[in-house]
Amino acid sequence: MKPVFMTYTKKDLINLAVCMVLSVLVIPTFITTEYWYTSILIPWLCLALATIGQQVVMGYTGQLALGAAGFMAAGAFAMFNLILRVPDLGFVGSLIVSGLIAAAFGILFGLPSLKVRGIYLMVATLASQFFIIWMIDKFGWFKNYDSSGIITAQDIVILGKPFTTPLAMYFVCLAVTTVLTLLAMNMARGSTGRNWMAVRDMDIAAESMGVSLLKTKVQAFAISAFYCGVAGALFAFCYLKSLEPVAFDIKLSFKILFMCILGGLGTINGAFIGAAFILLFPVLLNAVGNNVFHGAIDATIISSIEQVIFGGLMIIFMIYEPLGMAKLWENLKQKLSLKLQSSNVKNLKSSLSKKS
Amino acid sequence: MEYERKFKIGKPILEVNNISLSFGGVKAITDTSFNVLEHEVRAIIGPNGAGKSSMLNCINGIYKPQQGTVSFRGQQIPNITPNIMAQMGLSRTFQNLALFKRMSVLDNILVGRKLHTKTNFLEVALQLPKVKKEEKLNRDRSEEIISFLEIEDIKDTPVGKLPYGLQKKVELGRALATDSTIILLDEPMAGMNVEEKRDMCRFILKVNDELGTTMVLIEHDMGVVMDISDRVVVLDYGKVIGDGTPDEIMANQKVIDAYLGVEH
Repeated sequence: MKPVFMTYTKKDLINLAVCMVLSVLVIPTFITTEYWYTSILIPWLCLALATIGQQVVMGYTGQLALGAAGFMAAGAFAMFNLILRVPDLGFVGSLIVSGLIAAAFGILFGLPSLKVRGIYLMVATLASQFFIIWMIDKFGWFKNYDSSGIITAQDIVILGKPFTTPLAMYFVCLAVTTVLTLLAMNMARGSTGRNWMAVRDMDIAAESMGVSLLKTKVQAFAISAFYCGVAGALFAFCYLKSLEPVAFDIKLSFKILFMCILGGLGTINGAFIGAAFILLFPVLLNAVGNNVFHGAIDATIISSIEQVIFGGLMIIFMIYEPLGMAKLWENLKQKLSLKLQSSNVKNLKSSLSKKS
Repeated sequence: MEYERKFKIGKPILEVNNISLSFGGVKAITDTSFNVLEHEVRAIIGPNGAGKSSMLNCINGIYKPQQGTVSFRGQQIPNITPNIMAQMGLSRTFQNLALFKRMSVLDNILVGRKLHTKTNFLEVALQLPKVKKEEKLNRDRSEEIISFLEIEDIKDTPVGKLPYGLQKKVELGRALATDSTIILLDEPMAGMNVEEKRDMCRFILKVNDELGTTMVLIEHDMGVVMDISDRVVVLDYGKVIGDGTPDEIMANQKVIDAYLGVEH
């Protein structure tokens, strides 16, 4: 048998094509309500991107980090200031540079990972969450000395064309997410990803194979923060359309952590599944509350039920399927293809028996 | 049985000089010196707790000995870390298995190709042609090792799901993938049955014979040790009590005492 060299198998290319057709052709044709774009699809793409960032550091490199929202804030405010002060950079240029600024913070706050691990590292990385938000609040310069506390995000202009409708913004998010997802997949499947996973699974052995722990961990934190930074910028400019540090509080960090764990640690598609689940589940629960119980259940109770179910699911997944929903999806596909195969065999047998 | 070796045993490649290591008040190794010659199979034996694994950990840089030095190709290495030793061409396996459990067999062995991977993460992200070329070379080499170790049928299985004997084989494969000049094997045959042991011996001898890789191994099975090693060093209570060919060791009264106990 010839070994597989290619990064992409035929199946991957088909998956990519299906996703692209769905997101570029099917969704814009069939979904016309603005609500879906502004409240579901755009935040889904942004948060999925941030979750990929969390996956890199936590799922692949095995470093418990809890500060994704801090890096998102860094990216968002960097974006605001870049567009404000360096307009020549353009939207895409600003997006990349704000990602890089977030990455610089990632390197800084990733350094403790060399000395502490596990739950202690999680506490150490919380520093990023609080420090970045504090810094933005403390120094007026970051908010351009706006006293109201909430700054309106500038309009998105790419190559002279404004992108202001929900559909246009959706396409901006989709394009950025697609490119960054592909890059993340390349890294995860290539030698870079192998180094991450080697550090995750057995750091001493990795070091004995010549994998530098310092380089690999810092690299993972930087890449993770880059993804979070870009995601944060998109989150502020396409979804919130405003900038306020409060939007990037620790609750958002936890949300991204949940997305990462429920979706499946160490998977890229899990980031999308997890983000979709966490975003859509409250919507579904509300719909059930309104349509089945006709508002008999109070909205506050529904949101409490949501928390209870998330917590329960986290525990269930941690015990029974640590690889999350991505693994469930994989198992389902495998079962379906097995069924398909067995039914094919049956057809073949019956056609053979007919012939004889 | 005497046979003509392709790689004649040469000069000392690795020298351990007066190493002393203690953990708090417990002395693991005391003033130990020995050397390893190029292309030889060198065994380190001794009763449990004699300091054999600690010795390998000192050579490999996982432990920092309080005294003594390690020289590689006649050069004293001042600041040993596992990473530096890997770059100098020294690879190893671990006593209690240190595989990347959630990765496939192939991926584990590919990690061993790390030092032959020069492309950085940006190039990998963009999948530049040179990344693909390098990846193909590394994969070819890994596949070669996999077929050499006769583990083709499990190459896509996550290592954590494999039985112990196979995991030991994968770990040897990962060490081989580095193309190191010297490989330290910490109890490569522990927990194996006779057949698996025979296989493992065959692989070790074959690698030594065909590639000239210097092998340093810790082993408890005396039959195996006496069969495959060129020279044996015996440790007891962290000290060298015997050093020589298998025949010399078997005739060494101190060694016999250490293993069988002395009448008082």
